[in-house]
Amino acid sequence: MPNVIQLADVHKTYHTGEVDVRAVRGVSLTIGRGEFVALMGASGSGKSTMMNILGCLDRPTGGQYLLDGVDVSELTREQLADIRNTKIGFVFQGFNLLSRTSALENVELPMLYIRDHLHHHDITERATRALQVVGLADRADHHPSQLSGGQQQRVAIARALVNQPALILADEPTGNLDSRTSIEIMGVFQKLNDAGITIVMVTHELDIAQYTKRNVVMRDGCVVSDVLVSKRLSAIEELQRLEQDHQAVQLTA
Amino acid sequence: MRFFATFRIALRALRRNKLRSVLTALGIIIGVGAVIAMVGIGNGAKAQVDAQIASLGKNVIIIWAGNVTSGGVRMGQGNAGTLLMRDVEGIAQEIPGVVAVSPEIGLGGRVIAGSQNWNTRMLGESPEYFTIRQWPFMAGMSFTEQDVRGATKVCVLGKTVADQLFGDEDPIGQVVRIWSVPMVVVGVLAPKGMSVMGTDQDDVIYAPYTSVMKRFLRTINLRAINVQTTSQDLLTPVQRQIEALLREHHHISPPKEDDFTVRNQEEIAQMATATTKVMTLLLAAIASVSLMVGGIGIMNIMLVSVTERTREIGIRMAVGAHARDILLQFLIEAITLSSLGGILGIAIGIGVAKTLSALAGWPTLISIPAIVVAFLFSAAVGVFFGFYPARKASQLDPIEALRYE
Repeated sequence: MPNVIQLADVHKTYHTGEVDVRAVRGVSLTIGRGEFVALMGASGSGKSTMMNILGCLDRPTGGQYLLDGVDVSELTREQLADIRNTKIGFVFQGFNLLSRTSALENVELPMLYIRDHLHHHDITERATRALQVVGLADRADHHPSQLSGGQQQRVAIARALVNQPALILADEPTGNLDSRTSIEIMGVFQKLNDAGITIVMVTHELDIAQYTKRNVVMRDGCVVSDVLVSKRLSAIEELQRLEQDHQAVQLTA
Repeated sequence: MRFFATFRIALRALRRNKLRSVLTALGIIIGVGAVIAMVGIGNGAKAQVDAQIASLGKNVIIIWAGNVTSGGVRMGQGNAGTLLMRDVEGIAQEIPGVVAVSPEIGLGGRVIAGSQNWNTRMLGESPEYFTIRQWPFMAGMSFTEQDVRGATKVCVLGKTVADQLFGDEDPIGQVVRIWSVPMVVVGVLAPKGMSVMGTDQDDVIYAPYTSVMKRFLRTINLRAINVQTTSQDLLTPVQRQIEALLREHHHISPPKEDDFTVRNQEEIAQMATATTKVMTLLLAAIASVSLMVGGIGIMNIMLVSVTERTREIGIRMAVGAHARDILLQFLIEAITLSSLGGILGIAIGIGVAKTLSALAGWPTLISIPAIVVAFLFSAAVGVFFGFYPARKASQLDPIEALRYE
């Protein structure tokens, strides 16, 4: 089985104005199936550009990118859209749900753009199952404005899952959430990863990165550190500890 | 993406901004509504004119004595006294394709029957006149060739005159007096209604032309000649031949102007419908302007909508929408907006036409082709003015669109 992500000397240079901006300067990286990687770095380190390239939203200006065994470096705009549709699930910092559209319909969205059309019943059934996985089946007909931040992010994760992609790409998924909800969301990711789904997550929060299996750090467009997480945190345990602390505070008070 | 799903998305987007959608479609609604209403009224008027033209008779050519302009002076038609019986005989005998000819001579006056009297006019004609004008009898029958030869004192009443003089009584066999001359009523004509000129065609008495000539006017000058041809195709050739014949009879050669006027039924119809044509053109101009304005409104609001929904477009592209899917989504939205406007406009137009016809008593005729054309046109406006915003949406860069606040 091929690796999910295989980058070979990938470059990205923006030609804006008179100065060329070299955002990514030769990154080689391999991410295997079932991995859970945190991509880290300060702003301006090139991690956002990297994220766009990994997500097939942008094309590298140099090097080669194999996604699930397919060379996507030279694909057209439309072919990239099909790759995004079938092989990648996106989770964004700002959730990016369609407002005034129910949770279920938000999850159905990627299936509307599958080239081989699905039957309407299959679409609803698959979307409902994806919502069950993230524990929101009872909120299917709620609109985003009626859901909490954590719930909205769960809907977004369900949407990312629904086309059974090879890779889930999460861009600062906990950036807009409080610490407790962040841990809950990391719990969802850990559960999905345990089920064999490959996840790449961009974050700048060190403690959140501790829930992943591998941390890749970028600076000035290059990978400067690539280590396995030695003391990996479990979201379930962390939540239990929070609960105990909370009760302790209540007892002393 | 499926068409139906796209259509649903478009409908939802429009429903989300109900007031805005209605205001945007207003240009189309008013334009289409005005056109449907005006076309309905115009068609009704045209149908009325057509019926009046048909009431002239079948394949009719009319020759009036005198010219509309004679020697630079406008003359009243029919009073020039230049048409004679030998012109009538010439037309009947020398011109092929003529089936019936009736000389016409007329006078106005008071007609008296018993204690009733009525101001009307009397026209002298030949019995063929009723064939030329396709005019059936309600009661009795026409005077005959024998009556013409003997200049007998018989007459046929128009429906209005019969009603005024006799009411419910049977007029056949009764005597009416005109200019103190007693005339026996032999027939009553079926009603024909309004003429093209707006006069009551039933307010008339017909008598043999010889009777009118000898017993009333003591003249040999005719007012007009009515001619019927065998077919419609012959109207123009026969008309030319009549003109040539009359010029010969009247010794008219080029620099001299004709002392008669010839018109065939088609020409009269064309004159009557000329105003309708101008009105139709005007309508088309108004319609295109209002549809254009409506279209620009749609384009404007679609551009706003694309900007407002940049993030949505980004999300759709991120999950796999092709540029084509986005283009289709916004195009369908624009078409839906304009065709809904069109449908509403059609409904309002029909309503206005019906109300006007009820209030003012104008006839209206709602034509299906006009409705179909109006609908297709409004949909086409959506395609034309929706394309640019839709294309703009489809060309967005997904990264930029997702970052848009």
